[in-house]
Amino acid sequence: MRKRWIPRLLLTLAVLVIIVFMFFPFYWLFIMSLKGDLDLYKMPPDWIAKNPRWDNYKTIFTDHNLGQNLQNSFIIAFSTTLISVLIGSWAAYALAKFRMRFKSLILGVILAVSMFPGIVVVSPLYMQFSDLKIINTYWALILPYLTFSLPMTIWILQSFFKQIPDALTEAAVIDGAGPMRALFQIIFPLAAPGIFTAFILTFIGAWNELLFASIFITDYRKFTVPRALTLFSGQYTSSWQLIAAASVVITLPLIVMVLLLQKWIVAGLTAGGVKD
Amino acid sequence: MKKRYSREKQETRMGLFFLLPSLIVIVLITFLPIGQTFFRSLFRWDIKFESRQYFTGLSNYTAIFQGLFSPDEALSWTVSFWNSAWVTFLFTIIAVLIETVVGLLIALIINREFRGRGLVRTATLIPWAIPTVASAQMWRMMFSSQGGVINDLAKRLGFITEYVNFLGDSTTTAFWSMVTADAWKTIPFMALLLLAGLQTIPLQLYEAARVDGASKWRQFFSITLPMLKPSLLVALIFRTLDTFKAFDIAQVLTGGGPASGTELLSLFNYKLMIQQGQHGRGSAVAIMLFIFTMLIAFFFIKVLGADPYASKGKELK
Repeated sequence: MRKRWIPRLLLTLAVLVIIVFMFFPFYWLFIMSLKGDLDLYKMPPDWIAKNPRWDNYKTIFTDHNLGQNLQNSFIIAFSTTLISVLIGSWAAYALAKFRMRFKSLILGVILAVSMFPGIVVVSPLYMQFSDLKIINTYWALILPYLTFSLPMTIWILQSFFKQIPDALTEAAVIDGAGPMRALFQIIFPLAAPGIFTAFILTFIGAWNELLFASIFITDYRKFTVPRALTLFSGQYTSSWQLIAAASVVITLPLIVMVLLLQKWIVAGLTAGGVKD
Repeated sequence: MKKRYSREKQETRMGLFFLLPSLIVIVLITFLPIGQTFFRSLFRWDIKFESRQYFTGLSNYTAIFQGLFSPDEALSWTVSFWNSAWVTFLFTIIAVLIETVVGLLIALIINREFRGRGLVRTATLIPWAIPTVASAQMWRMMFSSQGGVINDLAKRLGFITEYVNFLGDSTTTAFWSMVTADAWKTIPFMALLLLAGLQTIPLQLYEAARVDGASKWRQFFSITLPMLKPSLLVALIFRTLDTFKAFDIAQVLTGGGPASGTELLSLFNYKLMIQQGQHGRGSAVAIMLFIFTMLIAFFFIKVLGADPYASKGKELK
């Protein structure tokens, strides 16, 4: 019993290492966001912000339009999620509750679709979107985002729907309710956590996407947040304090979301074939 | 028997009705475009110079395979393709390996009792949730030779004597920097998936092993690893495919440089097709990328026996 403090100490140390490893980059980002032009490239760098320049946070909204980017990202991610959950929940319902032929084939295809590399659909979609004149509109991103968000939503939802006892839906059908009513009145309320989970994960996926956002949107006023953030890179003179401030601004809502909703996120990650 | 069959038929019809909207969307925005991309890969189509397309059959593909065996100056794009393929395979294998080992280690640590465990578990989600663009920018700042904290730390600790431009000086340092940045973002994801797997292992197994006098190592290799295999394989297949088609990290961190040493296939494909306007060749590369991912999935499912269906949907907390 006397030696028990050694493994305890090791465990504490290990936990500390994990925490530092995960959080130090965020700390550094925050420090960078408060630096002025002259401190940015100084070697050795300051590990604390000596003269915090809070107006960096103002500049990204006044000179760099981040507010508009945030609004674009929000509308696109929210619409993608809404459409995915709406039509995905019907598919998930059929896959989870109906006795159907070809069910495992359909499930396999849906899973396979979620694994496709996005670039394989880019060239034809670009031509079609040009013909439809929807390049540089929100639809130019909402539609391609469905390629990954719809399979993901169906996959998560059907795994949640399956856990609802068949007896409940069957009872409703015997009582004369159609399958549509069974879905809305029985499944939806009971599977609310699953729908919420699918909602969060799809939203994060659409919010963070870069490849399609670099191709289907060329007008800077329609840029999403990730696309706007790349604009700063690849140049020799980067305004790092502004990139850092913008990164903090777009990261904070996600951190808050994760802290509040972690239970659902974990349930979804372990339930569905979820990608980052 | 007959009645059951007709009921199944009826439910199949109704099910298809419910599936229809999703299937239409998937066909329209995934299958149709993939088919068109394949069709387009049979042409030479250089959109920057002329709008005409020349049907060339499979010549884009034969060029790619020629590029593998006899690098030809005239077909420098195929040489770049194989360079990217090599970089991508290497990156995928190394990054996923590191992520798995460290992720498992972290999962084992978080699986133990300690104060603040719930908080640490929640915190592991944060790197996973933030956009790769933001995390890549973050690491770009830290790796920099001007104002970068990693240079500062390495010099103070005596690993380097001069500040190093990790992302620009050599392909080796740039490659490993990319691995580090990717691992930082995805290790927590791995850890969480494995933690969920760990928590399904019955504790009695360990008790029995303790009674039999099995050491901790023995318990790990005889109980933990075999019991974890299904979750491990599922986590591996998704991580491998995702890493293989990664785009954001290379685009933001290095832009593919230096000397194309970090030019992942998706990024190479993007440059060829979008920036250079080579839609024919670019489509062929996209189809190759597609075939590679299918082969990887096939390898995991058929050879290693990963079952993406199995470990789903057991916990609704």
